[in-house]
Amino acid sequence: MIDVQNITKRYGHHTAIDRVTFSVAKGEVLAFLGPNGAGKTTTMRILTCFMPATEGTVRVAGFDCADQPLEVKRRIGYLPETPPVYQELTVTEYLTFVGQLRGMGGRNLTSALDQSIGRLELGSVRHRLIGNLSRGYRQRVGLAQALLHDPPVLILDEPTIGLDPKQIIEIRELIKSLAGSHSVILSTHILPEATAVCQRVVIISGGRIVAEDSPEQLSARLRQSEKISVTLKSFPVDCNAKLREIPGVLNVFPGERAGMLLIECALGRDLRDEIARVVVSNHWGLLELRTISMTLEDVFLRLTRHEDGLPQQLEHTQATAHKGAPASQETAP
Amino acid sequence: MTPVQAIIAKELRGYFVSPIVYVVGAVFLLIFGFLSYLYIVFAGAQAIQLMQMQGGQASINLNDLVFRNLFASMRFVLLIILPILTMRLFAEERKLRTFEFLMTSPIGIHEIVLGKFVSILLIYFGLLGITSLVPTVLMLFSEFDWNPVLTGYLGMALLGALFLAVGLFASALTENQIVAAFVGFGILLTFWLISGLGALLGDTTAGHIISYVSFMEHYDRLIRGLIDTSDLMYFGSGLLLMLFLTHRVVESTRWK
Repeated sequence: MIDVQNITKRYGHHTAIDRVTFSVAKGEVLAFLGPNGAGKTTTMRILTCFMPATEGTVRVAGFDCADQPLEVKRRIGYLPETPPVYQELTVTEYLTFVGQLRGMGGRNLTSALDQSIGRLELGSVRHRLIGNLSRGYRQRVGLAQALLHDPPVLILDEPTIGLDPKQIIEIRELIKSLAGSHSVILSTHILPEATAVCQRVVIISGGRIVAEDSPEQLSARLRQSEKISVTLKSFPVDCNAKLREIPGVLNVFPGERAGMLLIECALGRDLRDEIARVVVSNHWGLLELRTISMTLEDVFLRLTRHEDGLPQQLEHTQATAHKGAPASQETAP
Repeated sequence: MTPVQAIIAKELRGYFVSPIVYVVGAVFLLIFGFLSYLYIVFAGAQAIQLMQMQGGQASINLNDLVFRNLFASMRFVLLIILPILTMRLFAEERKLRTFEFLMTSPIGIHEIVLGKFVSILLIYFGLLGITSLVPTVLMLFSEFDWNPVLTGYLGMALLGALFLAVGLFASALTENQIVAAFVGFGILLTFWLISGLGALLGDTTAGHIISYVSFMEHYDRLIRGLIDTSDLMYFGSGLLLMLFLTHRVVESTRWK
C-alpha cells in the first residue's frame, strides 16, 4: 500500500532523513518511533505529498507522490502534529468543509459526518466552536477529519497526544479496529502505544532507520543475555557464589527489592529449572522465579542512544533485520 | 459545492466572525462618507460664490467637483485599508498550522489561491455597493452625469482587486500578519510613488514605461470617465501576475 524507496530529504546542508526505505502492507499498522528531530514528521510530510523528497520515490496505493499527488492525497487521511482545525468554525461546519474539499456532498457527506462524529464521540460538542474546545477534543476533531472520507491509508502524527488516559485507550482501540481494512502509519513517543497497537515498528534515529520489526522480535533480537529474577525468603551469604556455579550463569546482581536477585544467563539458555533446583535443595525459600524480557523501551534506548559500544549492536541488528532495505544500513553509525 | 466554493464560504465565515471586517469596513465607509460630505459642502460653497458673482442660478458640475475628487482620494484609503483585509489569508493558515492540511487536501494550489481571492473580493465589492448610497442620495437632490460615476466605480473595483491581489501575495510570504500588511502596503506605495519618477522623466521611453507600470495614470483615466482598453489590460494583467506570483510563493513553501 505504501512503498518508500530510498528517500532522502536535505535542507541546505542539513540532511533530515537519509535513504529511508520501508513499506506498509494493506491493513497493516506501523509505528514510527524515534526521538525528537529524528525525521518522523519529515517522513510523514513526504508521504502526504506536503513536501517533495530530495531523492527517492514514494508510492501510495500505486500512485507516485511526485507524479500524481492529487490521487495520493485523495487516498490519504492525515493528522499532522498540530490538529489542523479552524477555531472560528463549529465541529460540524469544519468537518463539512473538509468533506467539501474532498469533493463529498449531499447524503454521502452527511452520513460520513455522522459516522466520524460517532466514532470519535464528538456528538456532545458538534455545534460548538472549535476555538472553545479543549486540547483533547481538538485532537479528536483532527482525527475525525482524517477519518472522514474513510481513506485506505491513514497517516497519524502522534495521534494520542493531549488526550486523557481513557481517551488514549479509546483511540488505540479505534486504531486497532482500523487495522485490516486500512493501512496506518503512526508516529509516537509513547512506547507502550506502539506495542499495544502496531504489528510492526520502525525505529528512526538521526534520519536513518535503525531497526524495523515486530515489537517482540525487536526485543528478542537485541537481548544479549537472558535475565531471570529470583526472590528468596532467606538470604545466606554464600547464595551468590552457589548460583554462579550453575553452568551458563554469567553474573548475579542484587535486585531492586530486598531478597530479589537478578541472574544473567547465556543467550538462548533457560536455566529456571536448574536455579529452582539449587534454591530448593539449599532451603533458601523460593518465593518467585521469572524471566525478564526486554521492553520496547530498552530496545528504543539502546538503538537511539549514541554511546560507545553501540555501533556493533546496530550493525548486528541491521544485518539480521532488514531484508528489504539494504541501502539504509550499510552506512549506519 | 466545489472545493473553490467551499473555500470561499469558509473564508467569508472566517471574516465575519472576526472583528476585522466590521472594523475595517466601518472605517472605510466612515472615510468615504466623510470625504463625500467635505466635497459636497465644498461644491455648495462654490455654487453660492458663483451665484453672488453671476447672480441668479449658477450651475455647478458635481462630476468634477465631487466625484472625481472623491474617487481620487479613495486611492490612498484603499492602499492603506486593503492590505489589512488581506493580511490574514495565508499568514493565519501558516501560523495556525492549517496550511499543511490545505496543502495535503486533494485540491490544486490554484483553487486555494482563487478561493481566497474571490472571498475577499466579494467583501470588498460589498463595501463598494454600500458606498453607492452616496451617488444615489445625491441623485435625488441634484443632477449629474452617471457615466463618469460608473467608470469611477469600475476604476475603484479594478484598483481594489489589484490591491487585494498584491495583499494576498504579501500574505503568502510570511506567517506574521503584521509583516504581511506592511509588505503589501510597501509594494503598493512604491507603485504609487514611481508615478512621480515617471512624471519627472517626462516624455522619454523610460518615463513612459515607468508611468505605465504605476497604477496612477490608468486609474486617473477611469475616474475621468475614459474607458481605454489599455487600462483594462493593465489591471487585468497586473491582477493575473499577482495571483500567479502568489501561486508560486505558496508552491515554493513546500520546498522549504
